[in-house]
Amino acid sequence: MYDKLWLIPLFPFVGFLINGLLGKKIKNEKVIGAIGTLAIFSSFVVSCKYFLQLLEDSNKVHEVVVTSWMSVGQLQVDWGLLLDPLSALMIMNVTGLATLITFYSIGYMHGEEGYFRFFSYLNLFSFAMLMLVLGSNALVMFVGWEGVGLCSYLLIGYYYEKKSASDAGKKAFVVNRVGDFGFLLGLFLLFWSLGQKGVWTIRFTEIAANAHLLENGGLIVTIITLCFFLGATGKSAQIPLYTWLPDAMEGPTPVSALIHAATMVTAGVYMIARMNGLFAMAPDTMMVIAIVGGATALFAATIGLAQNDIKRVLAYSTVSQLGYMFLAMGVGAFTAGIFHLLTHAFFKACLFLGSGSVIHGMHHAYHHAHLDDDPQDMRNMGGLRKKMPITFYTFLFSTLAISGIPFFSAFFSKDEILWWSLSSTRGHWALWLMGALAALMTAFYMFRLVFMTFFGEQKTDARAKDHIPESPLVITLPLMILAALATFGGLMGVPHVLGQYIGHFPNAIENFLAPIFEHTQHLHHIEAHGAAATEFTFMGISVGIAVVGIGLAWLMYCKKPQLPGLIVAKFPALHRAIYNKWYIDEFYDAMVVNPTKKLGTTLWLIFDVRLVDGLVNGVAWVVKGSGRALRYTQTGYTHNYAMSMVAGVVAIIAIYVFN
Amino acid sequence: MENLVQTAMQNVNFAAIMPSLVLACFGMVLLLINAFSRRGATAHVALISLVALLTSGYTAVMGWNNPQAGFAGHAVLDNYAIFFTIIFLIAAGLTILMSDSYLKREGYPVGEYYTLIVFSTVGAMLMASGTDLMTIFLGLEVLSVSLYVLAGFFRGQLRSNEAGLKYFLLGAFSTGFLLYGMALIYGVSGTTNLVDIGAFFAASPAAATNPVAIAGMLLMSTGFLFKIAIAPFHMWAPDVYEGSPTPITAFMSAGPKAAAFAALLRIFLVSLGSMEGTWSSMLWVLAVLTMITGNFLALNQDNLKRMLAYSSIAHAGYALVGLVAANEIGISGVLFYMLAYTFMNIGAFAVLVLVGKQGEENLTLQGFAGFGYKRPLLAVLMTICLFSLMGIPPSAGFSGKFFIFAGALDAGYVWLAILGVLNSAVSLYYYLRVMVFMYFKDPEEDFEWIQLKPGATICIVLSVIAVLYMGIVPSGVMSLARQALF
Repeated sequence: MYDKLWLIPLFPFVGFLINGLLGKKIKNEKVIGAIGTLAIFSSFVVSCKYFLQLLEDSNKVHEVVVTSWMSVGQLQVDWGLLLDPLSALMIMNVTGLATLITFYSIGYMHGEEGYFRFFSYLNLFSFAMLMLVLGSNALVMFVGWEGVGLCSYLLIGYYYEKKSASDAGKKAFVVNRVGDFGFLLGLFLLFWSLGQKGVWTIRFTEIAANAHLLENGGLIVTIITLCFFLGATGKSAQIPLYTWLPDAMEGPTPVSALIHAATMVTAGVYMIARMNGLFAMAPDTMMVIAIVGGATALFAATIGLAQNDIKRVLAYSTVSQLGYMFLAMGVGAFTAGIFHLLTHAFFKACLFLGSGSVIHGMHHAYHHAHLDDDPQDMRNMGGLRKKMPITFYTFLFSTLAISGIPFFSAFFSKDEILWWSLSSTRGHWALWLMGALAALMTAFYMFRLVFMTFFGEQKTDARAKDHIPESPLVITLPLMILAALATFGGLMGVPHVLGQYIGHFPNAIENFLAPIFEHTQHLHHIEAHGAAATEFTFMGISVGIAVVGIGLAWLMYCKKPQLPGLIVAKFPALHRAIYNKWYIDEFYDAMVVNPTKKLGTTLWLIFDVRLVDGLVNGVAWVVKGSGRALRYTQTGYTHNYAMSMVAGVVAIIAIYVFN
Repeated sequence: MENLVQTAMQNVNFAAIMPSLVLACFGMVLLLINAFSRRGATAHVALISLVALLTSGYTAVMGWNNPQAGFAGHAVLDNYAIFFTIIFLIAAGLTILMSDSYLKREGYPVGEYYTLIVFSTVGAMLMASGTDLMTIFLGLEVLSVSLYVLAGFFRGQLRSNEAGLKYFLLGAFSTGFLLYGMALIYGVSGTTNLVDIGAFFAASPAAATNPVAIAGMLLMSTGFLFKIAIAPFHMWAPDVYEGSPTPITAFMSAGPKAAAFAALLRIFLVSLGSMEGTWSSMLWVLAVLTMITGNFLALNQDNLKRMLAYSSIAHAGYALVGLVAANEIGISGVLFYMLAYTFMNIGAFAVLVLVGKQGEENLTLQGFAGFGYKRPLLAVLMTICLFSLMGIPPSAGFSGKFFIFAGALDAGYVWLAILGVLNSAVSLYYYLRVMVFMYFKDPEEDFEWIQLKPGATICIVLSVIAVLYMGIVPSGVMSLARQALF
């Protein structure tokens, strides 16, 4: 029934081959774009078919072996694909978003050099991502894992003439090495330690079934899961390996949306969810994951407060939101984590594509006026809501979603995570506090972005300001679809406590994912406990937090133009103060923004520049240094070499013969 | 008299050496053709050499699963010998493919070059099918003497001269150890036949702990370990590899290495199995030493030819891990890895041949800056070879390492396997550096478009196809390697 599963990764691979090999000859942009989009759309259609089929099916786990890969002793490794609720959700997510974003790129990348190259990389990425998601064993997943990484570097460095772009590609490359090393080491140790128990396997289903053979909470399981988690921090940009992601925004915007927001960077979360049975056995690792996730959510949000580049704000926001997902994994809220992964994919892809639409418009205007201003700097924007209404509304809905305004998608998912972080048997109030503070900042900086970009005075250079067009349909159509998803996507995970009031509305995603996570949660007594009233209270608190954040942003970035006319007549004495915007801008600058900015900058300096870069360079230096020392042994003199041979022979014989 | 001839002929059985015999005959013909050819015309010699390799390969493949022994137990053509024979033929064939344009560019279009490659291949094949210490020694010498000449083939170049001379001097030196070791083993066991030696040690376990026998074993293995460039007998390798013509470097790091492995495996497993405790603990240490030395030496190389040369030391170390394990997975893993390494390494070297300029210039990392954008397809092929050398799935290099390390784990050598994996991680650094240059560096201003030469291009494409095939569906080759075990 599921034996054609391999079609899903095959289509984008064919698209990659066609565009990669023939793209240069095809030349016609429309044809290239159509091939790329059609390839991934076909696999979306197949995914839909299997997804619907799985919904109806009583048996939820299906493994399809395409062909045998390696067999060593008792170990049999196949090119196998695994379709279960978890991977089914992921393939829908990946193929659906990739289709929209590939389509969007037809318009966005118009006229760029190496157009075919872009589309072939994009398809190759989709192929690798689908292998990662569908792989039925850790090695197939690793193939995808490396593949998505490779495509990511290639696409970050797409504008390779730009030094910052190729530097960013390099940085992503180096940082991810550390993570991948962790993944491999974890895999190796897992393979070996299970082998000691007589089970030679790397298949996920068998790992899940045999994880209990290892000592629960023991050292070995902790080390294994920590190694895997190190891999996850690299790919998913968590402390301490997050630094590459903000720089990765040097790549074209569709790439940021697809790879660096919606799909690839969530691979770490997916990997932990995939091996939830193993991770649940290591409470220490889970605690580390929760703390790192919470800290990253908070820390990245503080940096987001002080950025002026529109894509950079979104980048730090992505790091922060990924932190939430890890927080969820760490407290055992696997469903909530995957749920947030999906809603985040919707709204963040929409936000990135929206920012791309803005940049596209700004670029167009600057180009028209022959100006060389930065089209990504929000200080040059403002008042764009009238110029780009579709972009504005879609952006606004997604921003409402990320801020956690009730009934928008992330309200459900983020709230579920916060609730679990507080009430789970592996939760803690401090984790909740980190999450809640991050939520406050998220609402603030996201609305700051909206206000600076779309509201208020238009601050664009006078020569360019009248030439900002709304983007064409090829760009706005994906925006509208994504905005709809960002708005309504949360309905798939309405919590019970709310659902029972609106006619027993089911928590669809929880029921759907139950076969994957429920067993683990029962086995390790992971549950969220608390009265319905408490849950409502905390739901109210999170909404309150979101509103406060938005209000603050509004106060500081929006209030200024409307108030004066109204109040000047009534309170002339206040006029001066109002004229100076209550000095609130200055006040906040002095009291909040500057210190935060300073803190952000300081933290950024310490973490980004000193610690992480220093660490990366330090390792390289040690390794290179020892290489240099060893090279002195290569003197070039034949008699030295002969001497070393004699010495070697004498030493070996002395050891063995006269032993 | 007639009787005597008959007795002698009964034992001959040419089928046991048919592939090498065919190749040797072709080699003689090639010599004649060279003598009557116009100077500088080498394309037809290369072509005939390829035909020779194919014919020899055909006779070898025909003998699969039909082992033949001959010459009074001096040589066999069993699956094991055939598997290695195919490796040598592939190595030689790929080398010849990339050589034509290279020789013309460097100004040495001489037909003898191909003849020597053919003869060295004959030597390698004798080593793989030799079942007597004398046959193996004979093969080793045929192989080595041809290689000495090939290493120093560019008479006008000082580096090439130096390489040839160094290789000759140190090679002769190591041969001394080898012969001395063989003599000691003969002295203890009273025979040079591998099976008889094995039977002797099995029958009298006390002899296996005899210091003379152990010294003999150690000295003999030294001779082979030298050829494989195992630390601390590796020091000749970087200098020789660097000075030799690039295709010969590629050949030396694949074919002859595999030949020495073929002989070493057969001797250790057939004759000296009762000393396994001794040699496996020695090889354990040497494998680790070699992996570390090779990788750390390669780290600092800016010249890609040197980098690949140093790293080939490390790769021999990985292969040695399989011999330490000495179980079915490990040994068949070694066979698999030898073939995999032949493809991935020669593929990478062929790219160097295309990118290099006259006088071995342009082989530094800087020469590869922006390569990914100027020659995207070639860069992708190079990338696949590099991925395979790193051991990243799904490539032949990954499968090979996987089998070898799995064999080590299975045999209980956990730390050896872990050290192997860690070493692979170190090797990522220098292989990835090439990729960083290819994809993330700006090309130099005066970038010259590389001319694609048909021979070298075919060589690269064939290698990459093989690398991917052995990575994605390794079970086919692996089951052949299993059948090749004795």
